[in-house]
Amino acid sequence: MTNSPYTPGIAPARLDADTLAGNFTDLHHPLDDHAALVAADRCYFCHDAPCITACPTDIDIPLFIRQITTGMPDAAAKTILDQNILGGMCARVCPTETLCEQACVREMAEGKPVLIGQLQRYATDTLMAKGVHPFARAAATGKRVAVVGAGPAGLACAHRLAMKGHDVVMFDARPKGGGLNEYGIAAYKAVGGFAEAEVDWLLQIGGIEVKTGQALGRDVTLDGLQAAFDAVFLGMGLAGVNALGTPGEDKAGVLDAVGFIEDLRQADDLAALPVGRNVVVIGGGMTAIDAAVQSKLLGAETVTVLYRRGREKMPASRYEQDLAASKGVRFIFNAMPLEAVGNGSVIALRAEYTADTGNGLQPTGEVFELPADMVLKAIGQTLDGAPTGVALTGGKIAVTGAGRTSAKGVWAGGDCAAGGEDLTVTAVAEGRDAAEDIHRELMA
Amino acid sequence: MADLSSNFLGIKSPNPFWLASAPPTDKEYNVVRAFKAGWGGVVWKTLGEDPNVVNVNGPRYGAVYGADRRLLGMNNIELITDRPLEVNLREIKAVKAAWPDRAMIVSLMVPCEEESWKRILPLVEDTGADGIELNFGCPHGMSERGMGAAVGQVPEYIEMVARWCKQTTRMPVIVKLTPNITDIRYPARAAKRGGADAVSLINTVSSITSVNLDTMSPEPSIDGKGSHGGYCGPAVKPIALNMVADIARDPETAGMPISGIGGVTTWRDAAEFLSLGASNVQVCTAAMTYGFKIVEEMKTGLSQWMDEKGYASIDQVVGRAVPNVTDWQYLNLNYVTKARISQDDCIKCGRCYAACEDTSHQAISMSADRVFEVIDAECVACNLCVNVCPVQDCITMERLPAGTVDARTGKVVSDEYANWTQHPNNPSAKAAE
Repeated sequence: MTNSPYTPGIAPARLDADTLAGNFTDLHHPLDDHAALVAADRCYFCHDAPCITACPTDIDIPLFIRQITTGMPDAAAKTILDQNILGGMCARVCPTETLCEQACVREMAEGKPVLIGQLQRYATDTLMAKGVHPFARAAATGKRVAVVGAGPAGLACAHRLAMKGHDVVMFDARPKGGGLNEYGIAAYKAVGGFAEAEVDWLLQIGGIEVKTGQALGRDVTLDGLQAAFDAVFLGMGLAGVNALGTPGEDKAGVLDAVGFIEDLRQADDLAALPVGRNVVVIGGGMTAIDAAVQSKLLGAETVTVLYRRGREKMPASRYEQDLAASKGVRFIFNAMPLEAVGNGSVIALRAEYTADTGNGLQPTGEVFELPADMVLKAIGQTLDGAPTGVALTGGKIAVTGAGRTSAKGVWAGGDCAAGGEDLTVTAVAEGRDAAEDIHRELMA
Repeated sequence: MADLSSNFLGIKSPNPFWLASAPPTDKEYNVVRAFKAGWGGVVWKTLGEDPNVVNVNGPRYGAVYGADRRLLGMNNIELITDRPLEVNLREIKAVKAAWPDRAMIVSLMVPCEEESWKRILPLVEDTGADGIELNFGCPHGMSERGMGAAVGQVPEYIEMVARWCKQTTRMPVIVKLTPNITDIRYPARAAKRGGADAVSLINTVSSITSVNLDTMSPEPSIDGKGSHGGYCGPAVKPIALNMVADIARDPETAGMPISGIGGVTTWRDAAEFLSLGASNVQVCTAAMTYGFKIVEEMKTGLSQWMDEKGYASIDQVVGRAVPNVTDWQYLNLNYVTKARISQDDCIKCGRCYAACEDTSHQAISMSADRVFEVIDAECVACNLCVNVCPVQDCITMERLPAGTVDARTGKVVSDEYANWTQHPNNPSAKAAE
């Protein structure tokens, strides 16, 4: 180890390899058989269970937990995957604390919900470890569907379509499928190459061809796809990132958080990843949290999240905030960036406190400076290069019903489509439901 | 502080918690540990004639679990002590001498022949034991050899053996009854006719706890085969309570001392047995599950409860609930209750709704925001919602005061007692006198 958390500037290998490996292990240790049974026993098998209602993919949670209790984790996995083919990843990345586990009646009763997310992982991991793919294709329909984007929405859509007997060709701009599961999301939430393994497992159904390195607008066009296929599903996510629009944004060391996370996810050697001594992350969503925590885990001495509104407005859940705090991340609320200060490279971030007045967010005049040799921008992503031919709303593809766009024969879902939270589980639900709608349309 | 000391047939013990005849009382080592832990007495594991029996060399116990693998029921195929008679007698004598304030009862099971009983009784008497318990209960193994439950299922045999024992020994004779019969009162009456001083019940219930679905063998499995065992633990408590009450309220056996056995796990269980007529209790499965230390909870719990209720001694508790055990035909049909759901306590699981809607009387409504309320016009007060609710006291049964109208029947609730024997729908009803 040549560097330490106190090495100035941006430097790799601030921590030794063992510490890094330890820092990036599973956030939650997987439940073993015993722990799973103990956890499953707490489920009350509620009537019309609130957890199901809270799940964007409507997984029958009490049923799958009962199946675990009775020694049938494979059957439990099938219950989960019937509704959510990416149930394995969702078990890892869903903000369960704001979804199923928040709704769990034992959260109300004792402040301790049933560990639904971890039980879901136990079930799906058990099945996938056996290499079993419990779905088969229906008789071939002769219909062909193009799916743009091999992220959660596209994968869910493609799998459901393949299951219905349609042939699917997926186009993804990146070298690998998986979308944000592969390139976004904190590394400690999907260790061991899980995202890639899950895609491989999903494709076992057959009938899905994946063409990587194929970007819409560059390598393929919507017109071309419409001409060559019976239907098109757009699920390419949000490739663009918002700019700060403040002075100094061009200085070295001012980076997009999504790019930082992507590099980290694809790194073979964590020690080779450079990180600042003093890192400031601007934003309040999951990307901001993931970037901040991982900066700290890479060995940054200080990591500060700067959010322009109050804690209660922060999109990242309190659970995620507390997780970050437990890793040593500091939060500054009600403050906005003014300027990245530095001569060539950023050395500090100048910021100003804000007040959430009845008249919108107003600067208070109180200015402060944070030492920063790395500034990570996590202030939202945008639909980059939206295809012409589909109407947009609020910068995203406008959809009605189950993802129908303004163009006939074209559906959209996931982060690139308007409506719904930008969550993996929401993207899965939208992809799945669009597939059902496409199927109905094609078979009508 | 309530006085927990117990006097059962003149046998004194510092508290009414005895360990039942079973594996925990098979050896000096275990019994001394039990006495050190504070148990009031033991019934030594059943002695038989030499040569000693042998046990299977595979698993002896099967189990039934509740949530979190909590042991709700256990069964066993273990036989009586498999140690030589002389060894047991020597240890019994030593323990009794060292622990004179604790009750020492010796359980016995020998062939149903007079000379067998008359041969063993002096040997037991010589140990200084306080009494004997005749094991007419074990349903497995020994019953195939004409002992245990094979005797307990024939009242004439019970009477005969009890009489032999009373003729032979100065020691008090307790007859341990098997529940594997149709009406517990017949063997209890037989024991009394034979001169027995007391009965203890229940012994274990004939059972198969589970089947191994891979090998298709009942559990516990011995080389792919299983044999019915004796079921015990919390699961059998209701059976035992009913049988104890039956004997306590039967005119022919009323007043005969009863030692209550069957799933006693907490002080509360013990208090219930006492209230239904048992003068003390015997514990086994709870000790086998949690160790001897549980007696501390039992003693402190019973003591505190007695203080709170103003009972100074055990005999003030014994039989208190017996007058309230009656026949169905005498239950008050004018006692009208309705379920009440505390919205403050409700956690909105909806199990009451599912239970009532699917399997009962459609008497609970569910709103879009999961508020569950009782529909009085449909509620028959069956209590199922109370039983399935995971939150204690969230759903309760509330009596409708006299003069109010029962929304289900449209009738004004009367404060008069009226039972089935007086009901107009009863073809043999007699007018109330």
